[in-house]
Amino acid sequence: MAALLSAKGLHKRFMGVHALNNVSADFFSGEVVAVMGENGAGKSTLMKAIAGVHKPEEGSIEWEGQAVDISDVRVAGALGIAFIHQELNLSDNLSVAANVFLGREPQTFGFFKQGEMTRRTQQLLDDLGVDFKPDTPVSELSIGHQQMVEIAKALSQDARLLIMDEPTSSLSQRETEKLFKLVRELKARGLCIVFISHRMAEVDELADRVIVLRDGKNSGELAKTEITRERIVSLMVGRDLKVPDKTAGLPGEVMLEVSQLRTPRFPGSEVSFTLRAGEVVGMAGLVGAGRTELARALFGIDQALSGTVTVEGRPLVAKTPRDAIRAGLALVPEDRKQQGIILEMAIRDNIAMAGLDKFQTAGFARDGDITATSNEMRTRLNIRTTDVFKAVGELSGGNQQKVAIAKWLVLAPRVFLLDEPTRGVDVGAKSEIYSVVEKLAEEGAAVLFISSELEEILRISDRVLVMHEGRLAGELDRAAMSEESIMRLATGTQH
Amino acid sequence: MFSKFFRSNQKTFGILALLVVVVLVTSFIDVRFRNQETLMNIARYTGLFGVLAIGAAIVIVTGGIDLSMGALIALTGVMFPMLLMEGTPFFNEPASVPVAFAVIVAVSLLVGLIHGLLITRLNLQPFLVTLCGLFIYRGIAKTIAKDQTQGFLDEFGGLKILAKGKLFAVEGGFSGIPYPFIFLLILAALASVFLHRTVWGRHLMALGRNEQAARFSGIPVDRMKIFAYMLCSLIAGLGGALFVMDTNAASPSSFGQSYELYAIAGAVLGGCSLRGGECLAAGVVCGAALVQVSSTAVLFLGVSDTSKFTVIGCFILAGVIADEMLRRLAARRRAMEKAV
Repeated sequence: MAALLSAKGLHKRFMGVHALNNVSADFFSGEVVAVMGENGAGKSTLMKAIAGVHKPEEGSIEWEGQAVDISDVRVAGALGIAFIHQELNLSDNLSVAANVFLGREPQTFGFFKQGEMTRRTQQLLDDLGVDFKPDTPVSELSIGHQQMVEIAKALSQDARLLIMDEPTSSLSQRETEKLFKLVRELKARGLCIVFISHRMAEVDELADRVIVLRDGKNSGELAKTEITRERIVSLMVGRDLKVPDKTAGLPGEVMLEVSQLRTPRFPGSEVSFTLRAGEVVGMAGLVGAGRTELARALFGIDQALSGTVTVEGRPLVAKTPRDAIRAGLALVPEDRKQQGIILEMAIRDNIAMAGLDKFQTAGFARDGDITATSNEMRTRLNIRTTDVFKAVGELSGGNQQKVAIAKWLVLAPRVFLLDEPTRGVDVGAKSEIYSVVEKLAEEGAAVLFISSELEEILRISDRVLVMHEGRLAGELDRAAMSEESIMRLATGTQH
Repeated sequence: MFSKFFRSNQKTFGILALLVVVVLVTSFIDVRFRNQETLMNIARYTGLFGVLAIGAAIVIVTGGIDLSMGALIALTGVMFPMLLMEGTPFFNEPASVPVAFAVIVAVSLLVGLIHGLLITRLNLQPFLVTLCGLFIYRGIAKTIAKDQTQGFLDEFGGLKILAKGKLFAVEGGFSGIPYPFIFLLILAALASVFLHRTVWGRHLMALGRNEQAARFSGIPVDRMKIFAYMLCSLIAGLGGALFVMDTNAASPSSFGQSYELYAIAGAVLGGCSLRGGECLAAGVVCGAALVQVSSTAVLFLGVSDTSKFTVIGCFILAGVIADEMLRRLAARRRAMEKAV
């Protein structure tokens, strides 16, 4: 059988970096292919070359056996290639229907036909089994629903090759299950679905074939029956990844005590819990369960409606992050690039940002101290860079996250709130972040580790708090925690 | 049905209500304001400035800005009488009216094209490109006019009706609706249909909010942006001709000074977001009217001419603050509804 799309010997360079180095791949109708690799391995570049976002410098692409020149996204779209980017690409000032038909509106003399757009969008939405309306503004939809809009858009242009870049990275478990069901349906209709993912469990569940890239080259391919975690990882990193057993820490005194806290998003729910010195407490839950809102309220970004918070026995009323920082809290936020670090600024300036007060004499920054401290952090957290004067944006996702953590270490905080600290980070860097987190706990800090990935929650937590619709659905200790017990609490099937 | 219409036009109704309140309060305090001559004069200026606000709005929708409108008004404002009275650089005789208009249209479109190309092809920031344009066009205006005021003297009375004339005037009765106001209504209607009913308007809205999404949807983003800047410059250029017909003469050093700021103020008061992707033509008309009404009203309310700008500035600031407050209130109410 001829391949639907066949890429042969693609090369692409970005300012001296050989992002694609002779990469070839075939994609067939009616299959689900996972593309894996560490960050910077060339996964996204390959996908973008196929979808007409980047033009490869060398190599050829064939569509159903015919050589094609995919010079821009329009050409790709006309062939039947749709690309759903990780950062969704919707205009949130427009309605669902307007987004679905954006650039391809049914029209007469330039006037678009609202009725037809609404009707056809409704059909697509019914087809996907989602319950929002074509005239709903996209700004009012959840991330999961916005992704459904993207899929509807792809289907509306009769896509035959659907590329998804980390489709589940911001979806809840339930939304992910819905997406997988849909992907299987689309596959049954004869579409080829290609997805990039970092999550072993979902690749295992969904993929018929895995293509692994390493350093911009083909590293290997695995058929359905050959897919195992170990084989994928060894193809990705070329080394074995150790998964150490977690030895339960010895919790010390209470560092953070939260009592009957209510957040603006869930005014009807009160949350109470404590964190002790030396422990890592996982916080699981579906996306939208109120975990980020809780962290934001604790850190003074949003105002809690009521409730009390004490840090090391002293009451904390956090009206601004400044108050929370003074009390000894640190927040590594969910959206690293927007909220955690400033990509354009140097590593050392990012590291100094939270603790600038410590580096000043009469208002003048002591540059020597900043550089020295930054180098210290670089060694301590194993930040991989040639020097600390580089812009953070030039680092890989994992190393960026280490910088986001390092900027707090300057202040030696007592309580760390980590919100999805491993999102969009490759496997190797993930385990490094885990060891950083464990080290923080060993040194006596209390860590709240918010994550949507059960695998890592199970791995890192001394105990788990599970949120469900704004309230604390339950708490599990190391003996009681399992994927099943957490999911039961997170989905509200058990109280 | 009605409530949905009301919700999507909430901002416009808000600004309309504010407009009515200002008119009523001023009329109540000073009877001279109630005079139809005064009101029609405001309508004329609303027309002249409102047209510019629509032009500004089209660029603001794309997430950009055009600071050069006032300078372009000065350029076409001195060119127009020069062409008609003295002639073109190549033919030393006065041009006919259609030729004069054609030259102004061509110059304006060229200016817009240059803005658009610099912004899309070289990826320069609209603020900087049009700020440089502001200096350049003002300079060119001064050069070609040799820093002399250019005017029509007593000629072209028929043409000047376009700016000064009135429709439906009744001798001794209704003073008539000024032509510029009618132009504004027509332009606003066209802009409204364009922005909300045509594919191209939709594409401008989309790229203004999320350029990448628009690009990946196959929209020719660069071409649409260039088009928006050309349209804005065309409106400013023709506005220059209209303004000089109104004033009868234009001095290259002061004509049209800071008109772009009135235009931007009108567009923003009318509900355009400087973030792009948001605009209602009807709102822009109300916004432009509010700027004119309030600047006339302060004179009637006994504010001295020297503190006029201070009062107008504060007034517009208050309007923007009120709008932001309403937006937050609405967002909070939506959040509460969702939580229930």
